[in-house]
Amino acid sequence: MSAGELTLPAERHGSVRDYVVGFLLSVLLTAVPFWLVMGHAIESKQAIAFLIVAFAAVQMITHVVFFLHVSARSEGGWTLLSLIFTLVLVVITLAGSVWVMYHLDSNMMPQQEMSQLP
Amino acid sequence: MAYAFATAEVASPTAFYQINEHEHAAGGSTMLGFWIYLMSDCLIFAVMFATYGVLGAHYAGGPAPRDLFDLPLVAVNTSMLLLSSITYGFSMLSMRKRQVGATQVWLAITALFGAAFLGIELHEFTHMIGEGATPERSAFLSSFFTLVGTHGLHVTFGIVWLLTLMVQIGQRGVTAANERRLMCLSLFWHFLDIIWIGVFTFVYLMGMLR
Repeated sequence: MSAGELTLPAERHGSVRDYVVGFLLSVLLTAVPFWLVMGHAIESKQAIAFLIVAFAAVQMITHVVFFLHVSARSEGGWTLLSLIFTLVLVVITLAGSVWVMYHLDSNMMPQQEMSQLP
Repeated sequence: MAYAFATAEVASPTAFYQINEHEHAAGGSTMLGFWIYLMSDCLIFAVMFATYGVLGAHYAGGPAPRDLFDLPLVAVNTSMLLLSSITYGFSMLSMRKRQVGATQVWLAITALFGAAFLGIELHEFTHMIGEGATPERSAFLSSFFTLVGTHGLHVTFGIVWLLTLMVQIGQRGVTAANERRLMCLSLFWHFLDIIWIGVFTFVYLMGMLR
């Protein structure tokens, strides 16, 4: 294998179709959450929050597939495996922090209210 | 047939390590290594998102997201970053066809979209600070500036890297080394767009719902 020869497999680049499909999906998946929040399309705030998080998750997957070109085959599976491992850590970090601190907050609450009494 | 296979197995001694190192192509593991760097960067952002998730509602009597955020501006900002993602993709396609000029033009357009994103973000920051919503005002604002500012710093360094590569492919053309570098930056650039999806969803849109 000479120095000038390409050593990287072509599958990692994606095609025009990949980028255009990914872009159009991203535009849709971005526009709908903004419309939901700015247009007050739904009464329930919880329903809107649930929907925009779902749209964000789908758009992240869209980006990983169409822009980052991650598939089960890239780098013999190590790319996907390290991604899944990272996602597990991300979920533990996010859910764990918010959960623990939420309970800490609600346990501190009576004390705070006591101090605010006249 | 099975017997012949079995004897072949027995004949070769079991080796637990390789004495002669097999050949590694130059830069052959760079892409996976850079990917693992991105995963570690992802953890940095996860910690900052967690910090924002914990502190984001602590206003200390100061301004709340609803008083500060301008959603139409955030929508424009988001589209800048999204457009820069597809133009970077087009520069990668030009690179594959060995078109140095077209690659550089698409990279330049990507840099302009990136700079527009940063300009809007800095405008937003100066506007907020001008209104007294500085990082030291409340826990919400500290975590907000840390998270969004770190993302902005990543975009800044991405643009510096991008301009460097524009010069390099101008000097050397699309060599194997330059192709590898452009592919690393491609991962970095698209990764930043993914982080931004989290930012506009959890910080801006969820902030306006509070």
